Amino acid sequence: MRKDGFLYRAFDLYYDGFRHMTLGRTLWAVIIVKLIVIFAILKVFFFPNFIGQHAEEGNEADFVASEVASRIPAEASPPQ
Amino acid sequence: MHNILLNIDAGTIDWSRAQFALTAIYHWLFVPLTLGLAVIMGICETIYYKKGDEFWKLTAKFWQKLFGVNFAMGVATGIILEFEFGTNWSNYSWFVGDIFGAPLAVEGILAFFMESTFVAVMFFGWNKVSRGFHLAATWLTGLGATISAWWILVANAWMQYPVGCEFNPDTMRNEMVSFLDVALSPFAVDKFCHTVISAWIIGAMFVAAVSCWYLLKKREQRLAVESLKIAAIVGLVATVGAAATGHKSAQSVGEVQPMKLAAMEALYNGGTDQGLTAVAWVNPFCQPDYENESEAALKVEMPYALSFMATNDIHGFVPGVNDILNGYTKPDGTREPSVDEKIERGKLAIATLADYRKAKAEGADEATLKDQLSVLNENMPYFGYGYIRDKSEVVPFIPVNFWSFRIMVGLGCLFILYFLVLAIMAFRVPLLSTLTRRLFAAFFLIPETEVDGNDLTRLPAWHYWVPIVLLPLAYIASESGWLVAEFGRQPWTIQDMLPTWVAVSDLQSSSVIITFMLFLILFTTMLAVEINILLKQIKKGPQS
Repeated sequence: MRKDGFLYRAFDLYYDGFRHMTLGRTLWAVIIVKLIVIFAILKVFFFPNFIGQHAEEGNEADFVASEVASRIPAEASPPQ
Repeated sequence: MHNILLNIDAGTIDWSRAQFALTAIYHWLFVPLTLGLAVIMGICETIYYKKGDEFWKLTAKFWQKLFGVNFAMGVATGIILEFEFGTNWSNYSWFVGDIFGAPLAVEGILAFFMESTFVAVMFFGWNKVSRGFHLAATWLTGLGATISAWWILVANAWMQYPVGCEFNPDTMRNEMVSFLDVALSPFAVDKFCHTVISAWIIGAMFVAAVSCWYLLKKREQRLAVESLKIAAIVGLVATVGAAATGHKSAQSVGEVQPMKLAAMEALYNGGTDQGLTAVAWVNPFCQPDYENESEAALKVEMPYALSFMATNDIHGFVPGVNDILNGYTKPDGTREPSVDEKIERGKLAIATLADYRKAKAEGADEATLKDQLSVLNENMPYFGYGYIRDKSEVVPFIPVNFWSFRIMVGLGCLFILYFLVLAIMAFRVPLLSTLTRRLFAAFFLIPETEVDGNDLTRLPAWHYWVPIVLLPLAYIASESGWLVAEFGRQPWTIQDMLPTWVAVSDLQSSSVIITFMLFLILFTTMLAVEINILLKQIKKGPQS
């Protein structure tokens, strides 16, 4: 690969940059821990897709319609 | 809130709101500093590009390093908000459809990738790319962050002023009919300008505070003085700009969310020639009796200022809380319906929606469906009012709006004064600089020997403590702005369309409490880590 080519220079920018990081190592460690906590723990165990869990695929609109209808004050309940 | 609910746990709504507020407030600690520091580091590097002086390269790299720490800590904190939409606010999430998704997708694809590409060039590219390309990368990093903010604020503005959409009763979603109307909504433009410019204030105050800390410690004095000069100019432009864009934002609010403006001002009964409340006693802990009180107690006002702020006319009409509740005639002669009338139309919209869906499922003829759609579309602007049982439910909690607005504006005025004095002293503006220094000397704030001086490194210590004290206040002002924007639109998640108790998912409040506490611990830990890393880097200084 030619060393003055765009691809090599782009690769070298990142490779050399990551290799010589000092403060960046700490920051990347924090970012990686944070992303693991957010995506592998919070998203998976604490933040499921509520509609996805409670409605069959393709029937989401019906589910939301029934949810929305269930919140109406009694005197405004729509005719069934 | 509990008395208006049917089968939804009151705690679910309150804890879901609290959790969203906590996440948004935490996310907003990082964003303004990113936007503000981007301008400062861009200016420093531009001077380096023009002069070729290594000092400016060192200065630019120092502020870029602090930008990097803040940027890294803020990464992905906003994603949690999107998780909350899907779990805690699922009805809302479905109801807004692609309108909310499109700006967020553009933000993710375009702005975030632009930001992360150029941030790599900015940090790794010194001595590897040309000075011009590096300078462009630095500015484009800031531009990418600003464009990100644009799309997020477009999504937020749509909730406050839903435009460019049509409700589809078959899919139960609002569907975008005009991307341009959504992306260039006047409400979004005003919100963007005010929010981004106010973020620059935090950047400028941060730089001033760090610089003054160095001056207190008598180190890095050249970097500190030159950075103070840049902070003074950026801060002055930003504070004056925030006041101007704030005026425009207030007008937008007056037009599309008059209840929010009335709550901000504790204006119970409106009219023409309205004064802006400078001070008044509004009990911070309970909703005032707006129905029976003519105005807030001990009110001192600036004559005509509210009419001017809301309408650009000192005689302009500004509706109060009771006017909005009971209906009023607008200056153009049209009548704004009372909340009771809106409730009736909202109920009709909800009932018609149910009828339409039932008729469609039963295979009703086209003519029947068309008639029902016509009624639905006519009343859809008031859909959310059908869930309101008492008109008092559409009045936001006035004390939070009233005091948050005053904290934001009061601190904003203080910041204008600070940056003005700093600019006068830092740039030695003829006459003004001497007058300021003599005034300070008259009150023994600087020694007589410094009256004719121009040395920012020899001021009394209190002078350097001012921006250090003002920095947390700048954050408080910024967060207060968000409180005004978000508390003021209650009870609506989408203005006039979807109140919070319809938008929320039917979850157990205990599960929301668990995640709230989890976030509180996680966020507090992460904030402590960030502040620790940031302070260490400041202590190390630019040579590290």
